[in-house]
Amino acid sequence: MKARVTVTLKTGILDPQGKAIEGALKSLGVDGVASVRQGKVFDIELAGADKAQAEAALKAAADKLLANTVIENYRVELLG
Amino acid sequence: MKSAILVFPGINRERDMARALRMISGHEPAMVWHAETALPKGTDLVVVPGGFSYGDYLRCGAIAARAPVMDAVRDFAAKGGLVLGVCNGFQILCESGLLPGVLMRNDRLKFICKDVHLRVERSDTPFTRGYNAGQVIRVPVAHGEGNYAADEETLKRLNSDGRVLYRYCSADGEVGDLSNINGAAHSIAGIVNERGNVLGMMPHPENHVEDIMGCTDGRGLFAGLVAHLDRAA
Repeated sequence: MKARVTVTLKTGILDPQGKAIEGALKSLGVDGVASVRQGKVFDIELAGADKAQAEAALKAAADKLLANTVIENYRVELLG
Repeated sequence: MKSAILVFPGINRERDMARALRMISGHEPAMVWHAETALPKGTDLVVVPGGFSYGDYLRCGAIAARAPVMDAVRDFAAKGGLVLGVCNGFQILCESGLLPGVLMRNDRLKFICKDVHLRVERSDTPFTRGYNAGQVIRVPVAHGEGNYAADEETLKRLNSDGRVLYRYCSADGEVGDLSNINGAAHSIAGIVNERGNVLGMMPHPENHVEDIMGCTDGRGLFAGLVAHLDRAA
């Protein structure tokens, strides 16, 4: 089973990398960019086929390691 | 003072730290590999040194914070043992939950490698008793992620409980935006946990301990620890 965990910065947390990318996009002349926030995507393959088990494992992975919940939110998706 | 220095893949300041500790405490520190599950018997001080553990992959310090040896460090700290984390070591202590908050990318995105001034906020702690309260010391920093952040409640508590031991300042001790090199909340350079036995700091006191280094302002931190432990013994 394939899954994706997306980690993003919480609202209000300063994201200097996102700001730098935003500046670069503006200087490239890409129109209409209001703001950029940078995050991370983890594509994960799970050995089992049980959905509930997979979700629990991914949540544990995100809580224990993939995200720092002081500053980051995460979203777990099962891609089938 | 018997010290143990943790060694993770990618750490590179462990020998500077060992040299400083050897010189100031008169004892050879033990180097403890990250896969160990126990600290050497009789350890008085655990040091998490600087460097780039695991190449700063995922987040600075995130993977090292989950290494087997960190469980032993958590037990040691829970019993009141002294723990010092410098630079990447500070990041590891935050990631491991031993200290609150997080070290974010420097606000102007640059890696900063230079001498900075720090104001010692109080002298009645094991980590600052080698200095006077309000004293300004000069020590180097070398980091890309030293911008300390935490939620408002945590910052309020750190300040009101006197848990900020070191702040970035100007040469004459003024704390403000101009001297806040990396954008850290309240110019925080070093904090302790609630119990006061775990210190994390971004600057490198171990690199200003000998005349040949051009400055010896860092000695006070280690000399203070030695004095604290001698007195406790």
